[in-house]
Amino acid sequence: MEDTLDVRAVSPPPAVKAEKSLLRFLTCGSVDDGKSTLIGRLLCDSQLVEDDQMAAVVRDSVRHGTLGEEADLALLVDGLEAEREQGITIDVAYRYFATPRRSFIVADTPGHEQYTRNMATGASTADLAVVLVDMRKGILTQTMRHSYICSLLGIRSIVLAVNKIDLVSDADEMFRRIIADYHRFAAALDFSAVVPIPISARYGDNVVAASARTPWYRGPSLLRHLETVDAAQNERQLPLRFPVQRVSRPNADFRGYAGTVASGRIAVGDEVVVAASGRSSRVERIVTFDRDLPRATAGDAVTLTLKDEIDIGRGDLLVAPAARPEVADQFSAHLLWLDEKPLLPGRSYLLKIGTRTLPAQVTTLKHKIDINTLAQRPGRTLDLNEIGLCNLSVASPVAFDAYMDNPRTGAFILIDRLSNATAGAGMIAFGLRRASNIRRHAHLVDKTARASLMKQAPCVLWFTGLSGSGKSTIANLVEKALHEAGIHTMLLDGDNIRHGVNRDLGFTDADRVENIRRAGEIAKLLAEAGLVVLSCFISPFRAEREMVRGQLLPGEFVEIFVDVPLKECIRRDPKGLYAKALAGGIANFTGIGSPYEAPQAPDILIDGRNETPEMAAARVVEWVLARHGEDDGSAHGVNDAG
Amino acid sequence: MIVHGCSDPVQYRESAPAGGVETSLVAAIRRYAVRRDDGQHPQLMPHLRWLEAESIEILREVAAEFRKPVMLYSIGKDSGVMLHLARKAFFPAKIPFPLLHVDTTWKFREMISFRDIMARELGLDLLVHVNRDGIARGISPFGPSAALHTEVMKTEGLKQALDAHGFDAAIGGARRDEEKSRAKERVFSFRSKQHVWDPRRQRPELWNLFNTAIHDGESVRVFPLSNWTETDVWTYIASESIPVVPLYFARPRPVVHRSGALIMVDDERLPLDSGERPETRMIRFRTLGCYPLSGAIESEATNVDEIIDEMLASTTSERQGRLIDHCESKSMERKKREGYF
Repeated sequence: MEDTLDVRAVSPPPAVKAEKSLLRFLTCGSVDDGKSTLIGRLLCDSQLVEDDQMAAVVRDSVRHGTLGEEADLALLVDGLEAEREQGITIDVAYRYFATPRRSFIVADTPGHEQYTRNMATGASTADLAVVLVDMRKGILTQTMRHSYICSLLGIRSIVLAVNKIDLVSDADEMFRRIIADYHRFAAALDFSAVVPIPISARYGDNVVAASARTPWYRGPSLLRHLETVDAAQNERQLPLRFPVQRVSRPNADFRGYAGTVASGRIAVGDEVVVAASGRSSRVERIVTFDRDLPRATAGDAVTLTLKDEIDIGRGDLLVAPAARPEVADQFSAHLLWLDEKPLLPGRSYLLKIGTRTLPAQVTTLKHKIDINTLAQRPGRTLDLNEIGLCNLSVASPVAFDAYMDNPRTGAFILIDRLSNATAGAGMIAFGLRRASNIRRHAHLVDKTARASLMKQAPCVLWFTGLSGSGKSTIANLVEKALHEAGIHTMLLDGDNIRHGVNRDLGFTDADRVENIRRAGEIAKLLAEAGLVVLSCFISPFRAEREMVRGQLLPGEFVEIFVDVPLKECIRRDPKGLYAKALAGGIANFTGIGSPYEAPQAPDILIDGRNETPEMAAARVVEWVLARHGEDDGSAHGVNDAG
Repeated sequence: MIVHGCSDPVQYRESAPAGGVETSLVAAIRRYAVRRDDGQHPQLMPHLRWLEAESIEILREVAAEFRKPVMLYSIGKDSGVMLHLARKAFFPAKIPFPLLHVDTTWKFREMISFRDIMARELGLDLLVHVNRDGIARGISPFGPSAALHTEVMKTEGLKQALDAHGFDAAIGGARRDEEKSRAKERVFSFRSKQHVWDPRRQRPELWNLFNTAIHDGESVRVFPLSNWTETDVWTYIASESIPVVPLYFARPRPVVHRSGALIMVDDERLPLDSGERPETRMIRFRTLGCYPLSGAIESEATNVDEIIDEMLASTTSERQGRLIDHCESKSMERKKREGYF
């Protein structure tokens, strides 16, 4: 049945045959500057809106539109129900259109301040930004804010689209004034090109075709400019960076490293270096489904095989030997906060850079940046949509470039370890060398050696619960019993920690995180000394308790939840603190002005209402001694005392 | 449903009677299944190469980051492109996850036979799920249960299959250009334990740094074709010679007129109103789904070139033929929130 099949190579028709390139751009600007209308106009005038979509818009315009009988083009792009009802754009929308010369991906991003994160999202993948300005209003705070975010995210090519020229009489003069205002402001930003174009999104002037209304403007229409501008980041010119996405081992004879060339170029025979380990080899093959390639460049998704078997896994970065990235476990970065829960310096987040994911924390917030004025402000945390310059430390050294030099290897996200939310977006400014000077000494006597001398199994009994729940009372009883049983212990609580090591800390969320981080570090050191550590802190946040757990060996961290309802604690109020907090005398008091996140699966649950402290303590002691019993070698003798 | 094979090019043109069509389709797919490494591969246009590489990166990321991913295979052109991209992404290894077809039992017969030939010739690990409970309840696209058909057979069926196998990532072929509420969908789109999509709480997605962290029982839907348009899909199918279901090509088929749409009489289960008489028209489909819900277009386009020509001249959008979208444009967002793909 061969003759019923058309097996000839199919050549695309002329309209799509040209060597078409791709431009990704975003539109941003203030509320009501007409972004959605402009995109609707671009789609409509380049005849990309289909009849049935237009019919739907006309239908919807009557219901939600803001222009009376006229079709509201913004409804073509405002997709979500909530947006159509409120008449605003709340999320990034991606639109697609093509002309014979180019394909376009447009990110339509929100103008409202609270949605800055969405604008940054759109900007992160764009090569060019169309910044809309309402001619009648001129440069607004939001115009400056959006321009700054574009600059921060590495966009170098700007179109200043001055909209609503149909609504003013002296458009010529106002256009010139707005250009001058914008240049004055943008001089501080890192743009390589700012192209101003006077337009009317509503009537289409200078959007697709040149307008008769603007004889004083000789430049191209917006679409013509977008079709011809050379705005693509030229990643091919940068040094080779190849993040390994996956190791491909279909059989014993093949070991390939699948990934996308992030920047630069690579050819068969080239030497490559694993950035973190410094080991090197040469490229043997560049494998693709279609055929082996002699070379690959930025943007190509390929699978490499190397001449030598060296240790390479997902997350490794293969680089050119002559132009290596930095490798460090501390760096400085601009961080944009994306989560409703504020950044807490000291808290452990997951950091994803390239194909590598690892624990990280913000060690210092050096300053916040006021995105309206670019002024630096001191601060302890970052709230949603705030930007700051921070120092971060990661669990082990990573390879990176400064974001300004190479966005593909200088960008990272932070993930909240409990909610899994994408909490922050970071752009690395520079590496901190300090880390390489602090070398860990391999100790000759280790934890096991110390503990075995004391014939005990070290652990951390971590008591958590509201103020007044009885943590300290129980812990003291436990320590006394353990001591009598011959076990070496140490008790940490607010009294010996807050008054000494942590006396610089207050009670804000950020300080509470740091308080527990330090207490956890001390508990860890004491456990390394071989002790059974009892720690009594409210430790209200799950994340920090988990962080301490993560620093210890499995089973060494024993979470003991002293569960007493808030109402009961308020009734007891042994120190009179609740009364004071309820009267407004103590800010951020746990349970009143600050949350307590109860453990979901504590190792030991104490019912603090129905169990006396003595009963509770006896249970904990029994638990510890049973653990020592299991561990015969290191803890003989304690059984008798139990 | 499981078989074996490997990879490359063929174009299918429809013009023979049914029996011969099937044989030649088998031959065409068999040729596609064999990868041809003769250096004759045509260069893709730069923007298609960019789209292809982006999709491959996304597919590899799913395989690297999730415990148990699955690729939804709906038999349509987008699924065909996605499957092709998956073969490329993991070559020389096999695709490291199974394919899943949620069968409503109302798909065109030609779709089912195409699916089975593809599975057999390419050696795909294909799972087929039917919502037995829906069948037992007598859900069908007609009569009183019509409004429930898509929700029960497709949405519920999909959730059943994902839950039954414990899949934590489901890869789908949806494109952002298909529909307005999809335009704001993420590439890695989070779903709660109940498979609910909350458009107000979507994770910001910056650069190519996809957040794949989830808790047990939660899942993501991944859309590697997010940035493709209908034109891109057809142009790519042409350049890469990817086989598609013959229903995309025009030929004389029996149809009836219903609520402004042309419905093909694919089998005897389509109830005909009194006075309704099937007539033969030269038709094809822009999208394929349940046959009683898929509107045909009158067309003369019998091969991929002609389809692209027709599409570029077209003034209606692709989903116009889908009866389920028609009620109100917000309906897709509602369906998606409830777990529809």
